Amino acid sequence: MSASKTDKSEDGLVIAGRHFSSRLIVGTGKYKDYAENAAAAEAAGAEIVTVAVRRVNLTDTKAPMLVDYIDPKKFTYLPNTAGCFTGEDAVRTLRLAREAGGWSLVKLEVLGDEKTLYPNMIETLRSAELLIKEGFEVMVYCSDDPIMAKELEDMGCCAIMPLAAPIGSGLGIQNPVNIRLIIEQAKVPVLVDAGVGTASDAAIAMELGCDGVLMNTAIAEAKNPLLMAEAMKNAVIAGRQAYLAGRMGKRLYADPSSPLAGLI
Amino acid sequence: MKIFVNGEEHAFEAPLYVADLLNQLGLPRTKIAVEHNLEIVVKSAYETHELGDGDRVEIVHFIGGG
Repeated sequence: MSASKTDKSEDGLVIAGRHFSSRLIVGTGKYKDYAENAAAAEAAGAEIVTVAVRRVNLTDTKAPMLVDYIDPKKFTYLPNTAGCFTGEDAVRTLRLAREAGGWSLVKLEVLGDEKTLYPNMIETLRSAELLIKEGFEVMVYCSDDPIMAKELEDMGCCAIMPLAAPIGSGLGIQNPVNIRLIIEQAKVPVLVDAGVGTASDAAIAMELGCDGVLMNTAIAEAKNPLLMAEAMKNAVIAGRQAYLAGRMGKRLYADPSSPLAGLI
Repeated sequence: MKIFVNGEEHAFEAPLYVADLLNQLGLPRTKIAVEHNLEIVVKSAYETHELGDGDRVEIVHFIGGG
């Protein structure tokens, strides 16, 4: 049966030689507490979670830590560089992340503007080069410009992650044409990162042929985050299956589903 | 002597090694990373890496993020 095409073992996501059966990566920010966060990551069926690197709280060293709730042995931690505006900041942050957790798979995100959180591609390219030279495996948040995506891939980034819409906006895929162009040319996984608002957005990304979706706010800010996490899990699976199945062609006019022959 | 930890000035007795600093601050060494004057201090060097007056130390960990 053709259903074997969607068999998890056969249709996994491979990033920098690591195999994952889930194509949904979730963030760990904006949740009510770490317990809800952990439950949402479970409900989403995620195997990779993005995490941020920040100063420890010296006045309350007994405060709960993320690692106490989301086990780094169970989930692949993907340290990000959120909040970094220069290549130097990004490299410094990820060196610390590597020391804290020992991971070389990282999410590079160099922002260019506080209002739009749009990526600064000049700094992103520079930082990606520095990080790859230091042995990091770089999944890169980027603009949806196919030329920039190609530059990043040629440089050695292990996954290209264009935004669907501004971070936290929930506006959905604003430029499906560009996302499609990036997917067509890429030989490494392409994941939509940022801008997904609801399940249909994630399904559209996957139907376009994305290898995965990365989201945070769409789950964390849902009225019921756990239910939305499950909805996103299903949407990513459904979108992937629809992509593999190959959709029907579009027609301008109707085409009856019941045969006309043999009408009384 | 003075050490700036995460941007804040703290007073400590010399000699002070990274391991001493973490013990005095009550921080679990397995869950954090340490930077000393912009250079990473690897965990295996915590007992032998000495801090001096006026040095800047950053101690970070993972928190939720997107």
